[in-house]
Amino acid sequence: MEGNTNKVTSVWAKVLIYIALSLGAIVMLFPFIFMILTSLKTYSESIAVPPKIFPSIAQFDNYKTAMEMAPFDIYFKNTVISAVGNTILTIFVTIFAAFAFTRYKFFGSNTIFTLLLATMMVPGEMLIIQNYQTVSALGWIDTFKGLIIPYIANVFYIFLLRQYFMQIPEQLYKAAKIDGCSDWKYLWKIMIPNTISAIVTIAILNFIASWNAFLWPLLITNKDNMRVLTIGLTHFTNESGSQVHLQMAAATIIIIPVVIIYLFLQKYIISGVTRGGLKG
Amino acid sequence: MKKKANLSNATKTTIKHNFLGYLYLLPTLIITLVFVVYPLIMSFRMGFYEKYNYYTEVGTGFGLSTFKFVLNDPSFQKALMNTFLIVIVAVPVSMIIALAIALLLNAGIKASKVFQAIYFLPYVTSVIAIGIVWSWLFHSDFGYINQFLGLFGVEPIQWLNDPKMAIWALIIFNIWSGLAFKIVIFLSGLQNIDPQYYKAAQIDGTPKWKVFSRITLPLLSPTVFFLTITSIIGSFKVYNEVFALFGGKPGPANSCMTVVYYIYDMFYGSSQVHKAAAASIILFVIILIITGIQMVLSKKLVHYK
Repeated sequence: MEGNTNKVTSVWAKVLIYIALSLGAIVMLFPFIFMILTSLKTYSESIAVPPKIFPSIAQFDNYKTAMEMAPFDIYFKNTVISAVGNTILTIFVTIFAAFAFTRYKFFGSNTIFTLLLATMMVPGEMLIIQNYQTVSALGWIDTFKGLIIPYIANVFYIFLLRQYFMQIPEQLYKAAKIDGCSDWKYLWKIMIPNTISAIVTIAILNFIASWNAFLWPLLITNKDNMRVLTIGLTHFTNESGSQVHLQMAAATIIIIPVVIIYLFLQKYIISGVTRGGLKG
Repeated sequence: MKKKANLSNATKTTIKHNFLGYLYLLPTLIITLVFVVYPLIMSFRMGFYEKYNYYTEVGTGFGLSTFKFVLNDPSFQKALMNTFLIVIVAVPVSMIIALAIALLLNAGIKASKVFQAIYFLPYVTSVIAIGIVWSWLFHSDFGYINQFLGLFGVEPIQWLNDPKMAIWALIIFNIWSGLAFKIVIFLSGLQNIDPQYYKAAQIDGTPKWKVFSRITLPLLSPTVFFLTITSIIGSFKVYNEVFALFGGKPGPANSCMTVVYYIYDMFYGSSQVHKAAAASIILFVIILIITGIQMVLSKKLVHYK
């Protein structure tokens, strides 16, 4: 609807736009298509020169073989537990913090908020050295606690949700107070239901980020039964050598769940990213 | 009497607000203090140690010698050079492509949503997983990239084995994986431009290229600026891409060393914690400087509505 006066009207221009966008789409999709097609090839098909684009018979057994060569079911379970656990805790922490900043005038609240925003400038990569030692001192190496806890307070999400919370009219709070509603109840009955789409957006973005996390899990998981998918995959590719068809099956296992979530919840993901991006 | 009651009520509210405010904020404060503030302080202390024993966790000497070592380390210099190359090549190239795609997506065609969904896909996928896919696309013998170039008579390129070519493989992968975010941000920037500007231009019969250079581009300048800054900061943090493309090595003959790779390698690979800390302080300072430039310049140069 916006910018409709900027629309292209001529048929030829439209055709050219479609051609250009389609070529671009092929470039963007090609690695995914290659991944899925190769995951269904036999070994000899996967390294044929010139390459065969399609497998003659889809080898679904590749997935089974890959799962037998490395415990992808365990990696999968670990990834689900840490991504879901991280997301649930992050949401609670975010909601509470955003509520504190919107509802209460407490000593130093503005200063604390500014300091929290300032921590966004600190590159996470800088903190991993000491955090590794902290987690190790706590005995959290190779545990879900170690994978999850350090990353449940996200300043950007707190900032985002605070913006939404602030849009809820103050009168609602006063009305609720007159009805004898406690702050806790007000949070759950008014604030959260009214900002649920923002909370869902944050949850999805956080879930995808922790599903794809790599550097931190790489540091703090050593045991095979605690590895997550991204780490399991890199070990698997090193061990499986040139068996590209199996590697692609393993990569598909990691990528497909998020792609499915993405296809269903695109609206939330894109709006979350643009809100985060344009804030700058 | 009445006044006194009011006063004590107000004090009660203040105490209650202080108590509840901190109570709700407590999880955030604890986590931030333990996993952001404390490690930040410790990194600074660690970086200034001249010697550090990883096993006894004892640091000795206090000074700048570790910074001197890191800044003179050829690996670290390579990391900075690579970042520089990514900044001058990948950042502008990916910005131009992303802007072009965003303009096409914004031209009012019907399938725009479908294309948008496709273009944004790399953003949600694991860099590690898709990076391994790309490492096969770059394969010198049966990778599709060399096959495609072969159609134009190009001899097979040793993308991942030749130290001179490896950085270009990294840059190509970097451009591809960074497009998604930039396209979405550009598109949203384009859609935020007030349509009245275009209406006015249409009434005046302004030619299309002039509409673009006089209206679209200036009004998009905050977006361009924001993406430039975030891409430059991102270039200093490239790590997963390298790990995936080169199977856990910083490229052939360390040719794709990056700042974060250096930090991680110093820490985990060679247990030189103080050197890793010094490198991470340098990274922090670089990011602070870039962010500072952003703040100053955005006030002076960028058009905001």
